[in-house]
Amino acid sequence: MSGIKLFRIATWVAVAVLGGILLASSGWLPGTRPTPESVATGTARVGGPFTLTSHKGDAVDNAKLAGKPYLVFFGFTHCPDICPTTLYELTNLMADLGPAADRLTPLFITVDPERDTQTVLAEYMTAFDGRILALRGDKAATDAAVKAFAAYYRKVPTDGGYTMDHTAGVILIDEEGRFAGTLDLHEPRENVLAKLRRLTAA
Amino acid sequence: MFRRTAAALAALIALAGPSLAHEFKAGTIEIGHPWSRPTPPSAPVASGYMKLTNTGTEVDRLTAISSPAAERADIHRSIVENGVASMRPVEALAIEPGATVDFEAEKLHVMFIGPDRQLKDGERFPATLVFEKAGAVEVEFVVQRRAAEEAPADHSGHGG
Ligand SMILES: [Cu+2]
Repeated sequence: MSGIKLFRIATWVAVAVLGGILLASSGWLPGTRPTPESVATGTARVGGPFTLTSHKGDAVDNAKLAGKPYLVFFGFTHCPDICPTTLYELTNLMADLGPAADRLTPLFITVDPERDTQTVLAEYMTAFDGRILALRGDKAATDAAVKAFAAYYRKVPTDGGYTMDHTAGVILIDEEGRFAGTLDLHEPRENVLAKLRRLTAA
Repeated sequence: MFRRTAAALAALIALAGPSLAHEFKAGTIEIGHPWSRPTPPSAPVASGYMKLTNTGTEVDRLTAISSPAAERADIHRSIVENGVASMRPVEALAIEPGATVDFEAEKLHVMFIGPDRQLKDGERFPATLVFEKAGAVEVEFVVQRRAAEEAPADHSGHGG
């Protein structure tokens, strides 16, 4: 029993370390400041502190989230395909996970708080699983959250407005608040579900 | 004149057809199954996809899109590079002779900005595509969850 458990822990440490090395070397996070306390070691905390407000009006910070695994992805509502598709996909995955989904909090952090007001987000989120939280903050709070997840965003002017470039993909955080990999929703669904089951079963 | 006939035919087909594949034609350009995803409430944008086939012998270009259902429509390409997602406008989308531009496969979308309502599964809305050579054509976007080609989502056996 404990042998298996030890093996599992060892495997996860290996996965996390490898993931960290891959992340650090692959240029997956261009433009981010070096965050040695997070990415370099893989097993250390991804994050620094951050405080945002959910679309329901509650303050959500790293301390409040600790103790349960969560998912993080960055986006904005002026994004017509990747962002809503990810939210619909997460909604389906939460349903497929069954009761285990109650241990999991997916976070949709807007990189466009200027247009994504709490009112907009509150209406927008009614289309998705109620356990998914949309989070927003002012510029400083958004920057802190982006930094906490070693992510990236940039405002890009367009003809008649602007768009946002942002880190794609879903970041997995385990119940200890550690980076536990990423989800690519284009992977076979079984792989995605297996990753989420592992995360919630930890 | 031909264009008008084609548009009338297309409208007829659209009226008659179920929400399966539907097609429009403008000169030598075939417009295959324009479709759009349902939007969350108060979504400021909506997406559109289609397949453009050039059956002619000269290159043509999609230069403009408009819809009474949105303030504005542009063509964008989504890019994911080094883990960063971005989208950039495509000014005039070229359709080479004999070629098909599949919006989904090429990560293109019509960006409907400021839709006048929440788009719901099964609804349709009109739009006008303007081609450099083939001219303007009225089409209809069908709102659906997935591309028609994709097999319907099968979640059986995934439970628990
Ligand atoms: Cu776009």
